[in-house]
Amino acid sequence: MGAFKINIKPFGERAIIITWPDRVEEAILEDIIDFKEHLINTAFPKGEWELVAAYNSLTVINNLNNVELDKYEDLLIGAYQSKKGSQPATRWLWKLPVCYDLSFGIDLEEVAGRLQMSVKEVVHMHTRQPYLVYGIGFLPGFMYLGGLPKSLEVPRKPTPRLDVQKGSVGLAAKQTGIYPQESPGGWNIIGNCPVPVFNVSKDPPCFISVGDRVQFYEISKAEYDLHQIEAEVGIYRIEKKEWHD
Amino acid sequence: MISVRKSGFFTTLQDAGRFGYRHLGVPVSGVMDRYAARRANSLLENQKGDALLEITMTGPELEFHEPTYIALAGADMSAKLNGESIGINEVHEIEPGDILSFGQLKKGLRVYLAIKGGFQTASILNSRSFYKPITEMNRIREHMELPYTPCDSYVPKIMQVKPDTFWKRNQLQVYPGPEFDLLDDKQLEGLFVRSFTIAKENNRMAYQLEEHLSPNIHSMLTSATLPGTVQLTPAGKIIILMVDGQTTGGYPRILQLSEGSINLLAQKKHGDKIEFVIQK
Repeated sequence: MGAFKINIKPFGERAIIITWPDRVEEAILEDIIDFKEHLINTAFPKGEWELVAAYNSLTVINNLNNVELDKYEDLLIGAYQSKKGSQPATRWLWKLPVCYDLSFGIDLEEVAGRLQMSVKEVVHMHTRQPYLVYGIGFLPGFMYLGGLPKSLEVPRKPTPRLDVQKGSVGLAAKQTGIYPQESPGGWNIIGNCPVPVFNVSKDPPCFISVGDRVQFYEISKAEYDLHQIEAEVGIYRIEKKEWHD
Repeated sequence: MISVRKSGFFTTLQDAGRFGYRHLGVPVSGVMDRYAARRANSLLENQKGDALLEITMTGPELEFHEPTYIALAGADMSAKLNGESIGINEVHEIEPGDILSFGQLKKGLRVYLAIKGGFQTASILNSRSFYKPITEMNRIREHMELPYTPCDSYVPKIMQVKPDTFWKRNQLQVYPGPEFDLLDDKQLEGLFVRSFTIAKENNRMAYQLEEHLSPNIHSMLTSATLPGTVQLTPAGKIIILMVDGQTTGGYPRILQLSEGSINLLAQKKHGDKIEFVIQK
C-alpha cells in the first residue's frame, strides 16, 4: 500500500470517498483491496461501517452517524502510508462452469459471425484467462469483470431484452459477466452458469469479492443439469484456489 | 395478524434497512422517510428499527384479527378506522375485526403505519425490508397476511404529537458530489437558480426530474452510489437515487442530498417542485 497518489473527499454527510488514479489497472485495484482490508481490521469495523471498492475508488460509509472528514482524513492518509501491520488480503480464483450450448447461448452464433470466428473459438477465447472482479453492483451479485481479450469485444445489442434468464453469461464491449438474476439487459448472451453466484439463503449471499478472479470452463448440457441440481440441494462445491500474482 | 383486503397503489413492508451488503450490490432499502417512520414507531414506544408499512399515494384496506395499537405518520391520506376518520400522529387502539382504510391523499406521498411491537414478517439478511429479488415480493398483495404480536394492555405515555410542517418545504440541502467539479458554469447556473419538477418516473429506486441540464459527455469508472446521490446522465437528465437504488453507478455524481432531504424528497410526488440549496 501507499504506492499511488490518493485523493480523499467527503461524499455527503455519512461517507468519505477515496480515489486512486483514474484508470483500469490491476495494481490499483489490488492496492485498494489491501487498503480496504486494513481499514476493516483497524478503525473501520464492519457493522458500523461499510466499505465499497470499485475500479479506482473506495467509499467508506457510516451506517449510524454523520462523519466529518476532518476527523478521519489524517487517520486515512496515515493508514495508507504506513505499510506495516497490514497483511495483503487473501484473493481467490473461482472456477465457474458455463454451458455454451446454443439453447443458452442465444447470441453465440451471431457473436461468432461478427467476430469472424467459429463458435468453438469464441468459447476457447472466453474460457482461456481469468478475469479480475473490479466491482460488484448494478444488481445484487453482478460482477464487473475486467480482462476480456480485445478479439471478443462486440457492441451491446441495439435493443435490450426485457428478461434475460438468470445465470446468463454475456459479452458487451470490454465487459463480460453473469446476470445473477432474471433482469432486463442488453448484453450478447453466449452461455449460462448453473451455479448461482448470489444466494439470499446464504450469509454472505455472494461468495465472490471484489479483487477475486473468475475463470469460466466449458461444460456440456448434461453436466449443466447435474450441477444445477447439485447447486439446488446445496452439495455443489465451487472450485477455488488461492491466487498469487 | 392483518389480512390485506386491498393492497393500495404501492404498499411495502420496511424497517430501518438492510445494512452490510452494499459491497455485494445489495441496496440498503428500508423506509424512504425515516423521520416519519420514527415518529410513528416512537408513539408506540417501538424500537426505531421495527418494521412498519410504507403506504404510497393510495392506501390499502386492512383487517386486524387481534387487539393491538397503531400509529400513522407522514402523508395525510384520510385514514379511516371502521369508516370513521382518524388522525395521523396519534395512537389508536385496535380491536379484532377493525378495518383500516384510506381516502384522498391530502399532503405528502408516503404514510407509515406502525403497529405495537412491529410487524413480525421473515427477516432476510438481517432485515424485514421488502426488496425484490432479496425478498420474494416488493410490495404487499391482496389476501396476504401480515403477522404481529397481539397486545391489549399498552398505556401510551403520549397519545399524539403535533403535526409537522416539514412536508411543506421544497428546498433540498445538497453537498457537492464526487464529480461536482465536472459541472460547467452553465450547468451550475441551471442547477441552482431555478426550481425543478418531480417527473412521473419516481419510486423507491430513484426520482427523475423533468427539467434537464445541458448534455454532459464526461465518462467515469463505475463507483459507489448512495441513497441521495444525484446523477447526471450524458443526455443531461438528473436522477436522484433513493433507498432501493443501485449501489454502484457510472454516471457523474454531481450532488449528494443531506439525510434530512432524502426524507423530504420521499414525500414529493409527480408535479411537485423542489430546489437545490448547496451546503459548503
